Amino acid sequence: MKNLVDLEKKINSELTTKINTTEIKHNQIYIEIDKEDIIDVAIFLKTNQDTKFRQLIDITVVDYPEQNQRFEVVYLFLSHEFNQRLIVKYLIAENEVIPSLTSIFPSANWMEREVFDMYGVSFKDHPDLRRILTDYVFEGHPLRKDFPLTGHSEVRYSEDQKKVISEPVKLEQNYRNFDYESPWEGTKYIKEEIESNDKKN
Amino acid sequence: MTKKIKNLNLNFGPQHPAAHGVLRLILELDGEVVEKADPHIGLLHRGTEKLIENKTYMQAVPYFDRLDYVAPMNQEHAFALAVEKILKIDVPIRAQYIRVIFCEIGRILSHILNVTTQALDVGALTPSLWGFEERETLMTFYERASGSRLHANYFRAGGVHQDLPKGLEEDIAKFCETFPKIINDLESLLTDNRIFKQRNVDIGVVTKEDALDYSFSGVMIRGSGIPWDLRKSQPYDCYGSLDFKIPVGKNGDCYDRYLCRIEEMKESVSIIKQCLAKMEKGPIKSLDGKISPPPKAEIKESMEALIHHFKLFTEGYRVPKDEIYTAVEAPKGEFGVYLISDGSSKPYKCKIRAPGFSHLQSMDYLIKGHMLADVPAVLGSLDIVFGEVDR
Repeated sequence: MKNLVDLEKKINSELTTKINTTEIKHNQIYIEIDKEDIIDVAIFLKTNQDTKFRQLIDITVVDYPEQNQRFEVVYLFLSHEFNQRLIVKYLIAENEVIPSLTSIFPSANWMEREVFDMYGVSFKDHPDLRRILTDYVFEGHPLRKDFPLTGHSEVRYSEDQKKVISEPVKLEQNYRNFDYESPWEGTKYIKEEIESNDKKN
Repeated sequence: MTKKIKNLNLNFGPQHPAAHGVLRLILELDGEVVEKADPHIGLLHRGTEKLIENKTYMQAVPYFDRLDYVAPMNQEHAFALAVEKILKIDVPIRAQYIRVIFCEIGRILSHILNVTTQALDVGALTPSLWGFEERETLMTFYERASGSRLHANYFRAGGVHQDLPKGLEEDIAKFCETFPKIINDLESLLTDNRIFKQRNVDIGVVTKEDALDYSFSGVMIRGSGIPWDLRKSQPYDCYGSLDFKIPVGKNGDCYDRYLCRIEEMKESVSIIKQCLAKMEKGPIKSLDGKISPPPKAEIKESMEALIHHFKLFTEGYRVPKDEIYTAVEAPKGEFGVYLISDGSSKPYKCKIRAPGFSHLQSMDYLIKGHMLADVPAVLGSLDIVFGEVDR
């Protein structure tokens, strides 16, 4: 499909039951689906003559710790034939296992390993789900919002033990996260007070 | 009598001159034939994405220099474009030309390094000595524009940090005159060289189908005969108004990829020339005081400028809630930024899509059945830089 609007219609009509919402933004299509449908949707997008999203650009997860369904899984697709980009998303809860795309796109292998490493999301039927970017003995999932920026442990070479050891992080000074909330607009509690007063009036 | 033969496991790296950085490649060898390759990466992982989530948009830019440190400004470009699209601001035309010039300089920087070190890996020393002299000149251009040879921190959302200093345009123009001769010299050493061809022709062949399946981009996909270049297909900044060709390979082997890189350098020179010819005086960053900091002189006279300066360098500018994926054609392939903003002055999430990550992933597929001596040749032609693979 040459045109994004046509493509949106096509996807909606072919996959009616599987698509929750579609949106065109920034010259890309954003699609929201359910976890169970990702395999079917990916196969359709890859093989259909009118879509031909032959390339999986990346897989990633966005962490929203305050939500019930905490993680949003994001797939980025590219169609060379029609020069279009498409983004597929769905929400999952913590500890939920999601289907792997490795059988459809071989390149999903490392991308899923990275997601597993960074967010702790597991994939079903992944041939080789190991950590990829972090150290061999690393614990935790660094890109989760509740993982501290400084990490939990640091490594150093111990002269006594003659080997590299891992210790809890010791900082001379705590990480300083300044609150830049503009004093002209009032700090948060003042703002809330004003807003509630406004509502009363 | 039968003897049991066991495959040999070989550790290639993490410190190996032909690994182009810190790669631990575990090879399973049957005699000299590679049966399996398992790259262990992450030795240079610095948590760039986590750090960016904790920095303002302006403070995030230097992290992009440290990804593919061979062509720093190309990465900054992707981030700047992403933020610009969310903020919906226009970039002055002069800034667009400056950015394109420096992106093409980055492309030449990266391709010189790759072509000459690939030659070094297969036994030719001279090209790297000749090539690095040119890289030094190019890095001086970087330094004169941004103040630093490698970690430029030059691109901003809305333009570039400052205008080019006096005389730099002329010097870049002079370089464009002399550089094609150097490319020819390099080619005379390599292109028809018997040893270089023996080591590269028909090594690491990628078919069109596999190039798509393995998410290849850049030279890796063009070498296999797919004419795909984001500068042409999804033009950003002023690429749409420039005239350049996309070199495409035929066989998808290491040699074709080498030829593509050589041709791309020539195209880059022509792009820089066109930009220099079209460039006119004018503003070099967005005139919106809420995004671009005011000139120093103005701070001393205008109260508004002082407030803007103070707010921009403490809180930073706020970016409305949105999400976007933007990609640029970096020297190594499609470099993308998937940015989620939440209305504050720090990105909520910034996923970096590095081309080298997908390329290195296919190492097992590329090297299976080749000889051990082909490993450096294939690795060289993948154009791996660990800054971007490990992030």
